[in-house]
Amino acid sequence: MKSISSLTWCLVAVATLGLPLVAAADEELVVYSARQEHLIKPLFDRYEEETGVRIRYVTDDAGPLIQRLDSEGRRTRADLFMTVDAGNLWQAGERDLLAETDSERLRERIPEHLRDPEDRWFGLSLRVRTIVHHAERVDPDELGGYADLADPRWEDRLCLRTSRKVYNQSLVAMLMETHGRERTEEIVSGWVDNLAARPFSNDTQVMQAIEAGQCDVGIVNSYYFGRLETADPELPLRLHWADQEDAGVHVNISGAGITRHASNPERAQHFLEWLADEEAQALFGALNHEYPANPAIPPSPQVAAWGPFREQLINVSIAGERQREAVMLMDRVGYR
Amino acid sequence: MTRVAGASRRGRRRRRGLGWTALAWLIALPLIIPLLVVFWGIFAPDPEAWQHLREHVLAEVVANTAWLVVGVAVGTGLLGTTLAWLVATCDFPGRRHFGWALLLPMAMPAYVMGFVLIGLLEYAGPVQSLMREWFGPDAGLPEIRSRLGVTLALVLVLYPYVYLIARNAFATQGGRALETARSLGMGPVSGFFRVALPLARPWIAAGIMLSVMETLADFGTVAVFNYETFTTAIYSTWYGMFSLEGAMKLSSVLVFFVFIVLVLEQLSRRRARFTGFSGTPPSRFRLRGWKAGAATGLCVFVLLLGFAIPAGQLMLWAIGELAEVDGRYFGFAGRSLGLAAMAAVTALILALLLSYAARRAPALLTQLGARVATLGYAIPGPVLAVGIFVPLAGLGGLLQGAADRLWGEDAIEIVLHGTLFALLAAYIARFLAVAYGPVNANLLRVPHSLDDAARGMGVGMFGLMSRIHLPLVRGGLLTGAILVFVDVMKEMPITLMMRPFGWDTLAIRIYEMTAEGHWERAAVPAVVLVLVGLIPVILLTLRLEREGQGVRGRAEEMPHAA
Repeated sequence: MKSISSLTWCLVAVATLGLPLVAAADEELVVYSARQEHLIKPLFDRYEEETGVRIRYVTDDAGPLIQRLDSEGRRTRADLFMTVDAGNLWQAGERDLLAETDSERLRERIPEHLRDPEDRWFGLSLRVRTIVHHAERVDPDELGGYADLADPRWEDRLCLRTSRKVYNQSLVAMLMETHGRERTEEIVSGWVDNLAARPFSNDTQVMQAIEAGQCDVGIVNSYYFGRLETADPELPLRLHWADQEDAGVHVNISGAGITRHASNPERAQHFLEWLADEEAQALFGALNHEYPANPAIPPSPQVAAWGPFREQLINVSIAGERQREAVMLMDRVGYR
Repeated sequence: MTRVAGASRRGRRRRRGLGWTALAWLIALPLIIPLLVVFWGIFAPDPEAWQHLREHVLAEVVANTAWLVVGVAVGTGLLGTTLAWLVATCDFPGRRHFGWALLLPMAMPAYVMGFVLIGLLEYAGPVQSLMREWFGPDAGLPEIRSRLGVTLALVLVLYPYVYLIARNAFATQGGRALETARSLGMGPVSGFFRVALPLARPWIAAGIMLSVMETLADFGTVAVFNYETFTTAIYSTWYGMFSLEGAMKLSSVLVFFVFIVLVLEQLSRRRARFTGFSGTPPSRFRLRGWKAGAATGLCVFVLLLGFAIPAGQLMLWAIGELAEVDGRYFGFAGRSLGLAAMAAVTALILALLLSYAARRAPALLTQLGARVATLGYAIPGPVLAVGIFVPLAGLGGLLQGAADRLWGEDAIEIVLHGTLFALLAAYIARFLAVAYGPVNANLLRVPHSLDDAARGMGVGMFGLMSRIHLPLVRGGLLTGAILVFVDVMKEMPITLMMRPFGWDTLAIRIYEMTAEGHWERAAVPAVVLVLVGLIPVILLTLRLEREGQGVRGRAEEMPHAA
């Protein structure tokens, strides 16, 4: 026991004394990422192969990473901040953690509504949150937009994921932008009345509940559907693009921005531009059944088979701006 | 002359007491700093968020949390104590194996347990699907994603805290007391309720306290059940409303609540002193017939639900994802083990010192310091991580500024956060309670008269510690070590935020997969975590058992002094 503990102390001492002295290598880029490792690592590896720049990264939830960037201030080692959901990117921009990137290449490749109006962050992949329904029990003609799911016709037939997930918060924030606050409160309250089961903790469970017959319709991100479809090609569920007659289906992004105190802003910009290019875009989307943010690049064949859709063209930063209001609204109407 | 000598001795004692008090507060320091950050939240602006929380969230959150805490306390208390009593003092088929096997659920992260339970028992799960197939579309079970379901999941993984500590107490508390009880005509049942249970109360309470605190800090399990508690409200205030201030305010309410519970628990047994080790192990009650069957059945049932079924489900998932395993797993497992071992050793040393401080200087101030030092177990991990990270980053910045002025901008780089040292400090802040509970409970039992006798024979402070106390509290030390070790292996939010670059562990790997709902892929690191975390648990338990038998044979009978 004694020898173990002294060994441990030696380890601790070496580690604490040693680490601060490690200097950054020359050709290196540091990324803080809230997008999962297995979705970004292949891209990092590819870039490293092409350019020789070594990419180091830390993953965590967006909240802690933003807090970390904030408290590290100008001492941060991060060059690039990468995350899912526009709300998180908006928040990082709002807290002055991201620097403006003046890049014609990025502006050309990423549509205007998928990037920060002040050029601090850029969407890299598109995530579509739409209606999913049972192939037989629901006639697609019955379906319209998100608001129609509040209709009493869907009583005891609707399944939703928890309001604690940012994807639903963004969706409600966008609904508030298009329908106004009062109307949105009615819609969400109607959803709650129509629920067939308490909200689930993830989109996959929503789809499994529909498949099992607990409910008939739900709202999910299309890539979760893609994952289930890959596992079971006979899946008796279909996607329905919501709000096609209206504002267009709700889209969100995963994206990135260069940090305010990056040590290698040029290198980070080069990488960011590379991510918006053809090869990376195809890979970026395909890794998770998402859509490339760059409209010139087609999605994977499986995703393309779900058909074309009209998307909401409001800037995604609204999702961040109104997220807090959205959370409060959902709390008020008892959507948990 | 004598009066002068007496006065100076009293003075010396007071000074020494002061030293212990200072030590207790010093050990509490890694936690006091984040606590201050949390409490600072009370004064932080953001009235809008707070008003909203008060009007629409707080009432439900308080009620939900209270129900969950009561449910888990009662559940783990009943289950843990019953199992401990059966294994420690009775004899029934399979008892020897159950002794260690009943610890296995502890190695199962609670969020995994939650996910497996829901996957199996909800409407779309295999059990209810079969029921519908056999008995028609209306057949089914009560909703698993409910208050009862989440309580069940937490009880199943948390009862080992009570079981481990209580078993240690029953096994060593003295055959003589029980035999006296028997000679007074008490049967096993009334002997249990009137003698063994009151004597083991501080241990059981310590175990329940641990499981309650773990429940209060839990996020993963309640999130899987979509059950709104303080922790989920803290998260959604922080992540959803972008209000770290509101989150801190909620946390401070939570911490205050915990502190009250701890103080009440302390006050309730202030007068009682629990001392005394027994010489002879109590002879076991031999259970026969349906009683033996019931005892075996209960153990089997708990093991099935708490370990075999979830582990089986994990294995099934893992087999489909074997491509995930590669050379990096040596690194993940090695770092998990290394961190857990370092944290366990450090926590034990500090817990021992803290128990000593509380013993040597029983002044209120010292007790309070010890209490504060162990509060961290109830604070949600991410909140604690922020509370440690922010001041460390700030301090690092200040030091760097000073160093830059002294030696120039490029001379040295100071990083305090994101080092192993900071990570370990955060683990200590979080898990000291886990080591302190069992260590202190054991030290409480060593009578002060023994210290006085040893001193009278000229044994010094160090000798007293190493030659008399250590052997007597060894069971508690091992218990504490196992608990901290397993807890650190499972820990996620602190490791995520504080780990040095590249220090990915098994728990981090699980997080990576579960964050986007890849549960099947998360099974691979989860299985490795259970395996790597289990082996030490089993080895240590076997050793604990062997030593327990040895110590019991050797130790002197010490009369119970009140």
